[in-house]
Amino acid sequence: MRLLRHFQWDKFVPVLAAATLFIGSFQHEKFLTTGNMTFLIQSIGEILLIAFSMTFLIVAGEIDLSVSSIAALSSCALGYTWQHTGNIPVSVFVALLVGTICGAINGLLVTRLGLQSLAVTIGTLALYRGLCYVLLGDDRLKPFPTSFTSLNYKGLLGTWVPYVVVLLVVFGVAFGITLHSTRLGRWVFSIGQSKDAARFVGIPVRRVVLGLFVSNGFMAGLAGVVYTIRFASARPDGAVGMELEVIAAALFAGVSIFGGVGTLWAVTGAVFFFGAIRSLLRLNDFTANELTIVTGSMLLLSVMIPAIGGRINTYRASRAPTVAESAGVQIRPHTDPQPANP
Amino acid sequence: MTTVAPVATPPPARPASVLAGRATLLRRRELPVGIALLVVLVGTSISNHRFLSSQGRTDLMLAAAITGMVAIGETFVLLMRKVDLSVGSTLGLAAYAAGTAIKDGGDGQLLKAFVVGIAVGLCVGLFNGLLIALLDLPALVVTLGTLYVVAGIQAKIVGGERITADHLPADFISFGVDRFLGVPKLMWIVIAIGIVASLYLRHAHSGRDLYAVGSNPPAAALVGIPVRTRTIVAYLVSGGCAGAAGVLFVARLGGVDANAGGGYELAVIAACVVGGVNIFGGSGTVVGALLGAMLLRTIGFSLSALSIPEFWQQAVNGALLLVAISADRVVTIRRDRAERTRHR
Repeated sequence: MRLLRHFQWDKFVPVLAAATLFIGSFQHEKFLTTGNMTFLIQSIGEILLIAFSMTFLIVAGEIDLSVSSIAALSSCALGYTWQHTGNIPVSVFVALLVGTICGAINGLLVTRLGLQSLAVTIGTLALYRGLCYVLLGDDRLKPFPTSFTSLNYKGLLGTWVPYVVVLLVVFGVAFGITLHSTRLGRWVFSIGQSKDAARFVGIPVRRVVLGLFVSNGFMAGLAGVVYTIRFASARPDGAVGMELEVIAAALFAGVSIFGGVGTLWAVTGAVFFFGAIRSLLRLNDFTANELTIVTGSMLLLSVMIPAIGGRINTYRASRAPTVAESAGVQIRPHTDPQPANP
Repeated sequence: MTTVAPVATPPPARPASVLAGRATLLRRRELPVGIALLVVLVGTSISNHRFLSSQGRTDLMLAAAITGMVAIGETFVLLMRKVDLSVGSTLGLAAYAAGTAIKDGGDGQLLKAFVVGIAVGLCVGLFNGLLIALLDLPALVVTLGTLYVVAGIQAKIVGGERITADHLPADFISFGVDRFLGVPKLMWIVIAIGIVASLYLRHAHSGRDLYAVGSNPPAAALVGIPVRTRTIVAYLVSGGCAGAAGVLFVARLGGVDANAGGGYELAVIAACVVGGVNIFGGSGTVVGALLGAMLLRTIGFSLSALSIPEFWQQAVNGALLLVAISADRVVTIRRDRAERTRHR
């Protein structure tokens, strides 16, 4: 019981990920091989990159559903620029720029016009995806140079570690430190708790939120580049549905959809956990459809378990005599109104 | 605490004043969508005479009917400041269940198809509603979870054996394309359900409750509205409509595969929002949502009729959604400013 009271979901999630790796290594002999680990990290690379910046947005009480379309548009921009200039560094720069601009458009619509981010990004989800088709149309791109795409299967310094690990570590550390031990990070939490209160204490709410959308656009653009390298192609229908995977991981990690609560390490753990579970199930001949069912069920359980736990605690607290009652003071029952639940 | 929180005053219970308020809202919001719809219809048919031919009209209305059907249910949920993302996969699962129920059988199984499809929808809706209402879980998370689960179940049970028109009874296939008074039968069904839903939301006590809950959930609970019951009912309606739309889907396309209904959820929410349903609850009508669905579908069809490459469609839909919510926002700001000066 004592142990249960100290139970914290966000600390538990990375443990869960580690435990899955541990159990997996016993369960299937191929699981903890270098080949499978390379594949596992590559398969979660783009999702984790976006999850870093998405955590900031959700903690600040906003959301961005358009990330998969931004990643696809960035990938298409990369392909388009490569087709026309034949210069990879320029193409990558353009891709990142496109992502950043897309994020800025989302941010400006939300902060300048005061629109709901959910509605805005459902709109830009369709808009950016449409632009992918407009940009590439039915053209066939000339293939990317092997010096570019070979990044994917050449390990770091000749080891099995894929190059994307560098990006994950650099951005993971940068975003983690920013969220949890800088002033900006505290601001993000304050904004998520209450925008009005944050404004009253002098936090430049609009500018911070705009910045979060811009950084999220940049990260989605980066994910688009990584995606292009992984599949060695730029396609208008790439990365479809990735937004739901990113958001599912963040919510599983205990980031509150209402803002103000969340940790980056839990989100990282959740992405690894989902990746490990999927990899393990795939090794055990589960199909992609069954993986989808497992992902959805875990998402549901991740919100149900804390809620049911909370109910039990409330019930127990209501049964236990309060200090006032033990002292013989009569208290009128008090009922709280239902909380808002968007 | 120096001040005592004022007891929430119940919203005015006189239906007359509520109706008057609704009427002006109707004038303000559905009208521009209707006008836009007319402009697109007329403009396209001028440049392409075949656009509004009898076949063109039928195709257009059949496509709009399915989106519209789901949009009716989604409106109930959006009005309460909730969201239902699982409608797309519910549609797909219900379509497959209904198709399986009547395949290889004789004619006259229309009712059976609807019963099965709607039952599947109600099950998903009940599951969503119970979790969201009883455990106070965030609607976005729960319905995202059921979206995955239902889509996975659908893909798993369908597998490679998709249902094609050969399996389905002949009268069911013809039901999907038959017309009555020049309008497809499917569209009549949607219109009928739209009228019932519209009357319910506008006149029934419990229907008005949805607006109250969406405008201010804590206040609605304080004035004694059974918020949980209403939430569960709204999700049942949403699931049931998605299930019924699944049946329309099989009837129209004459088949189901493992991906049926994928991506419908965002198209439906876009249709509702374009039609003036506030994504954060409290305002909007079924008529608006149906007009929104019609408008989005019409634009899609008119792009191909104007031989604009089809891939512009998604970009246009997204841009239209952004324009719609921006316009709403500007109207709201103007109205608030006007009210503030009036009170001064």
